[in-house]
Amino acid sequence: MKLVFSRPKSMFDRQTHYCPGCGHGIVHRIIGEVIDELDIRERTVGVAPVGCAVLIYDYINCDMYEAAHGRAPAVATGCKRVHPDLIVFTYQGDGDLASIGISEIIHAANRGEKITTIFINNAVYGMTGGQMAPTTLPGQRTTTSPSGRTPDKEGYPIKICEMLSILDGSAYIARGSLASPQKILQVKRYIKKAFETQIKGLGFSLVEVLSMCPTNWGLPPAKAQKWVEERMEALYPIGEFKMPKEG
Amino acid sequence: MAEKLLMKGNEVLAEAAVRAGCRYFFGYPITPQNEIPEYMSWRLPEVGGVYLQAESEVAAINMVFGAAGAGARVLISSSGPGISLMQEGISYIAAAELPCVIINVSRGGPGLGGILPAQSDYFQATRGGGHGDYHLIVLAPHTLQEAFDLTVLAFDLADKYRNPVMIYADGFIGQMMEPVELRDPIDLSTLPPKPWAITGAKGRERNLIKTLYLEGDKLEAHNFRLKRKYDEIVRNEVRYELYMMDDADFAIAAYGTSARIAKTAVKVLRDKGIKVGVIRPITLFPFPYSVYESFANQLKYILVVEMSMGQLIYDVEYSVKGKVPVGLLPHAGGIAPTHEEIVSRILERVESRGDQR
Amino acid sequence: MFESIILAGFGGQGILLAGRLLALAGMKEGKHVTWLPSYGPEMRGGTANCMVIISNEPIGSPIVTFPNTLFIFNQPSLEKFLPKLLPGGLLIYDSSLVNYNSSRKDIDLVAIPATRLSVDIGDQRVANLIMLGAYVARKGFPSTEKMLSALKETLGEKKASMFEINERAFRKGLTYGKEA
Repeated sequence: MKLVFSRPKSMFDRQTHYCPGCGHGIVHRIIGEVIDELDIRERTVGVAPVGCAVLIYDYINCDMYEAAHGRAPAVATGCKRVHPDLIVFTYQGDGDLASIGISEIIHAANRGEKITTIFINNAVYGMTGGQMAPTTLPGQRTTTSPSGRTPDKEGYPIKICEMLSILDGSAYIARGSLASPQKILQVKRYIKKAFETQIKGLGFSLVEVLSMCPTNWGLPPAKAQKWVEERMEALYPIGEFKMPKEG
Repeated sequence: MAEKLLMKGNEVLAEAAVRAGCRYFFGYPITPQNEIPEYMSWRLPEVGGVYLQAESEVAAINMVFGAAGAGARVLISSSGPGISLMQEGISYIAAAELPCVIINVSRGGPGLGGILPAQSDYFQATRGGGHGDYHLIVLAPHTLQEAFDLTVLAFDLADKYRNPVMIYADGFIGQMMEPVELRDPIDLSTLPPKPWAITGAKGRERNLIKTLYLEGDKLEAHNFRLKRKYDEIVRNEVRYELYMMDDADFAIAAYGTSARIAKTAVKVLRDKGIKVGVIRPITLFPFPYSVYESFANQLKYILVVEMSMGQLIYDVEYSVKGKVPVGLLPHAGGIAPTHEEIVSRILERVESRGDQR
Repeated sequence: MFESIILAGFGGQGILLAGRLLALAGMKEGKHVTWLPSYGPEMRGGTANCMVIISNEPIGSPIVTFPNTLFIFNQPSLEKFLPKLLPGGLLIYDSSLVNYNSSRKDIDLVAIPATRLSVDIGDQRVANLIMLGAYVARKGFPSTEKMLSALKETLGEKKASMFEINERAFRKGLTYGKEA
């Protein structure tokens, strides 16, 4: 019998705490696979965010930090400056990265900090119970925008990839989606390319992943995936925004 | 003995850090400590280190979290408003038990306050400063030689206790010049290893630096562990200076620049035949409570002199527990107490109270 | 000895440097010294002053409220600091820029046209060294050797070319001070 599926070696043998249909588990696994394929587990460092994914260190088996809310890029900077040979990545949600940590991510990107950021955009604050995020869609109901986000009052969804692409220090910027198996494979290609960008020392890399939060969206998992495809991708186009200039 | 150099306080602090093996500095400009980042920006590359000007104090202290967690000796410096912005990160650093050294060249507050010297961040420095139960070790130099020596000590204490250490200087210490004897740089290879640090999980279990304990009993256990460490620090690390206290009837309680001024006042008063001395805390945490207490029966009066509106006095009164009257000479906003004022305050007391207790 | 000195004038007149040179030369003489600049709002307003103490004993407060020596480089500084000069103290002022209009008779007065003399030398920026020369002439301390050694050290390699003109200025002040 041939083994066709197994847990990545760089992941712990453990069930995740995420809700059914959540995208975090999928992206964790992609990161595990990429670390395995690049054979970098022993020199990889992860920085966990505040949010549902704070416990990412329970699943990925490499040296890890847990950062204060939004500060993961600063923590990663401190580590990378001490150990330039390590591969340092941050894993951040939309509240963490695009709201409270917007300054840290912009400046890390602008400095061309040689780190990789995996940015999970599910258009809502998950862990605190479904409040409005900076990436919440116009009209989207959340517990703090009960009649739907109105740009007039709450402003517009923030487009991270578009913003960071124009900075001279960013090397690789891409946005993918978990809306289908094909798109998930595309996300994996992006994430691998982001890590490779760092390994080659080409600058800052970030992959935004449009992801599901069925619990806080009030949708069953399959419909949530459809919502990502129909609603989120319409506002947040997927694809590669910026390619690294090879040495 | 090494040659003495005439140096500016901020540069002394920076050079001391380099000689103590610090190779990483993260900061953000703010007066009156700008000579520290300016010095580090050329000095650290010279010794193979990294100077990085962060986008804010919030980012800077989290870079320190990352670098300290990676096992490096790392320095950050700021003043009042910047130190306030760092409190989030300092709480995380204390919780994660990461060693680092934080310099506060303090200025007058609250708010934007001013850029002149003050000691008004005493509560913030000695009570933790951010959220949660924690303490920094706080060292308060009153001369530039002491600024050098305490900065070197700060890195050792930080590593020994895996705890952030604050050098609590004031604008006078940062800005003044005084002769300093620089000690030789330490040999980095003699520093004890940090097996807990983030270095890549090669040939060992992975390391994890975190501060989240969701279960109440685990968080409480973490808090008790921290408390045991602070208790140990209190047992081992209290430092103070007694200046002409042997036969003293009166004492001045002061630290940093205020203590220098107090010493001048003591000389003037001693010339007038008044037996007065200074009890100077060198560590503001741990505070020398028992030292003040031990003089309570000998003294007729303690005058607390501080460039703040009555912060140090809380610890002095807590020490002597009402056994001796305690008075306050506060100043703020960059106005330093003069030794003449101190002299007249003590004289008033001598004249009005006689030998009464 | 206990010399408590305030030097005051406009920013750009080399006030802070003159204070540093005094402190450094004092250190080279084996004394305890402190130097404290004003860096507050005054600095932004274009005036500068610093406080220097030179002492046989370890120095307590580095703050000079009542100096026994005053270097005055402009009129507003004279008005601000003269009332604080201790009786018997020494006032050295740049008589090219400052009009001494006080009735105080209890002080030692050295008026030296430092700015005019510096123009003769060829660089207005060295008026501060002329003032220092006058001080050394009056006090006999620190020695010329230590002052010049402090100057050389402070200018460093980068500004070594400035040494010669500064030395000339210092010696000019020294001569003027001895004759005055």
